[in-house]
Amino acid sequence: MVKLATAEQAAQKKATRAAFGATLAELAAEGVPVCAVDADLTGSTTLKNFAKACPENADRLFNAGIAEQNMIDVAAGLSLTGNIAYTGSFAVFGTGRVYDQIRNTVCYGNLNVKIAPTHAGISVGPDGGTHQMLEDVALMRVLPNMKVLVPADYAAARAALRLAAVTPGPVYVRMGRATVPCVYADDVELELGKAYVLREGADVTIVANGVMINEAMKAADQLAEQGISAEVIDAFCVKPLDEETILASVKKTGCVVVCEEHSQYGGLCSAVSELLVQKNPAPCAFVAMKDRFGKSGEFTELMAYFEMDAAAIVKAVKNVMPA
Amino acid sequence: MTVELELKANEIRKDIVAMIAEAGSGHPGGSLSCTDIMTALYFGGIMKYDAQNPQMEDRDRFVMAKGHAAPALYATLAHAGFFPREELMTLRKLGTRLQGHPDMNLCPGVEVSTGSLGQGLSVCAGMCCGLRLQGSDASVFAILGDGETQEGQVWEAAMFAAHQKLDHLVAIVDHNHLQIDGNIADVCNPDDLGEKFAAFGWDVRRVDGHNMDAVVETLAAAKADHSGKPHVIIAETIKGKGVSFMENLASWHGSAPNAEQAAQALAELEEAGKVICNG
Repeated sequence: MVKLATAEQAAQKKATRAAFGATLAELAAEGVPVCAVDADLTGSTTLKNFAKACPENADRLFNAGIAEQNMIDVAAGLSLTGNIAYTGSFAVFGTGRVYDQIRNTVCYGNLNVKIAPTHAGISVGPDGGTHQMLEDVALMRVLPNMKVLVPADYAAARAALRLAAVTPGPVYVRMGRATVPCVYADDVELELGKAYVLREGADVTIVANGVMINEAMKAADQLAEQGISAEVIDAFCVKPLDEETILASVKKTGCVVVCEEHSQYGGLCSAVSELLVQKNPAPCAFVAMKDRFGKSGEFTELMAYFEMDAAAIVKAVKNVMPA
Repeated sequence: MTVELELKANEIRKDIVAMIAEAGSGHPGGSLSCTDIMTALYFGGIMKYDAQNPQMEDRDRFVMAKGHAAPALYATLAHAGFFPREELMTLRKLGTRLQGHPDMNLCPGVEVSTGSLGQGLSVCAGMCCGLRLQGSDASVFAILGDGETQEGQVWEAAMFAAHQKLDHLVAIVDHNHLQIDGNIADVCNPDDLGEKFAAFGWDVRRVDGHNMDAVVETLAAAKADHSGKPHVIIAETIKGKGVSFMENLASWHGSAPNAEQAAQALAELEEAGKVICNG
């Protein structure tokens, strides 16, 4: 069983992005040759904290200015000279704007570049639809050689960033701006290709990741009060997907709700559907962004507005379960 | 030395024509325009490399940013001993290490996969940053197309390289004035490329890209100059250089000669080789 947060740890709220600079500083202190390239967002991505940790780190953080295409390929060049190169920026610019750079240089070359932007999803909040990236997992998932990680909390983000360092080739690590409750123990370690059963249940499987883990856990509590036993699985690793864990759960429960802070097309919803349709067809519902853009508002307001909160999960569970 | 290099370039041109003809597709025009520069880099004493040990730690790096000139790169690497020359005839065929555009994971001597224009200079800048962190004195060379400079990313890289004072970076623009759709001045004019790079803070040199002595001298001078600025060499070249019916024609950007045309091209190059020998 994966290490979960103690009651004291669970009471803390931290953003996944806050792990970025801190974890790179930790890796550098351990002698791992990490470098980072950002595009004028070192405060927002927290990469500034990596540079501040010691003078050597400052030399290993490169600011491309507002020039994301160059950011990705400078990281490619750094990786070709023996470094593990992380890129920053916001998810909308750090994936969509630089898709060709990621495809043709990073992934085609299978380079040791870690695409790790922050501010993904509607949890960005008031900045609105232009900044709320909801298609990044889809974009990254279809690229050969790319691995895709969507951590749920600070500790999982730290673990994902560390996992990226020891995983050869391109890795996508998706981080967010919003503070979210801690699910995992501070020193949790996550494995590539693994999903984690956070709560066991018998009636329905809820597969989620990212900020939706917190909503899924709340939903499971509410469902329990109504006599429904929900199994909650954190599919933090969207690619490669842990088929075994998900199939075992679905064989037991017979139905699935997939939850992600992302378009219902192309991300975890699609990955789980693709798995089920080929290996174990089962009733399946999505709690994710419909085919639309986000809009300004506070994180929690938006989660309710777009029907991506715990209440929406409870509703979806009732729809998907046999009557 | 000059005669040897000119003969080497002439042999490389023959291989370029032959391999593209055999493949039935490819990019002869822009391969032939940069052949003399490639020859100078690999055989003119400019680049430090070991064909038997392509990953040699302190080697200089070369990136063919204009990846469609893969035939020029492959022929040069084969002549330099990275792989057998016979393999050139596998260009673009199923199972080959010589993909239509260079693949670093297949072809020895290819430092980075290219093909999507505008990215090579950024990769070179990142390599220079990485080499500097290692305390390496190695240089990084890139050949860009002049049409490629229409890509905005080239200027992102130009700004970054100057800001980072990457004086071990030497970019060569193969200024053959033609792109697929015609003359670059007619398609979307980048105007004076030297002035543009100078405005971004680069050391700018200009050379006749087919004058072997001048090319070697200019490359050597740029490589040796570590005064804080990245270097660009604007090389005036002729698209399709060395094959009379291909020269200065945009239509030869991306089409292969048929058997008859290839025979004529090879006969011309054979004749050119004799002229070089006879001084």
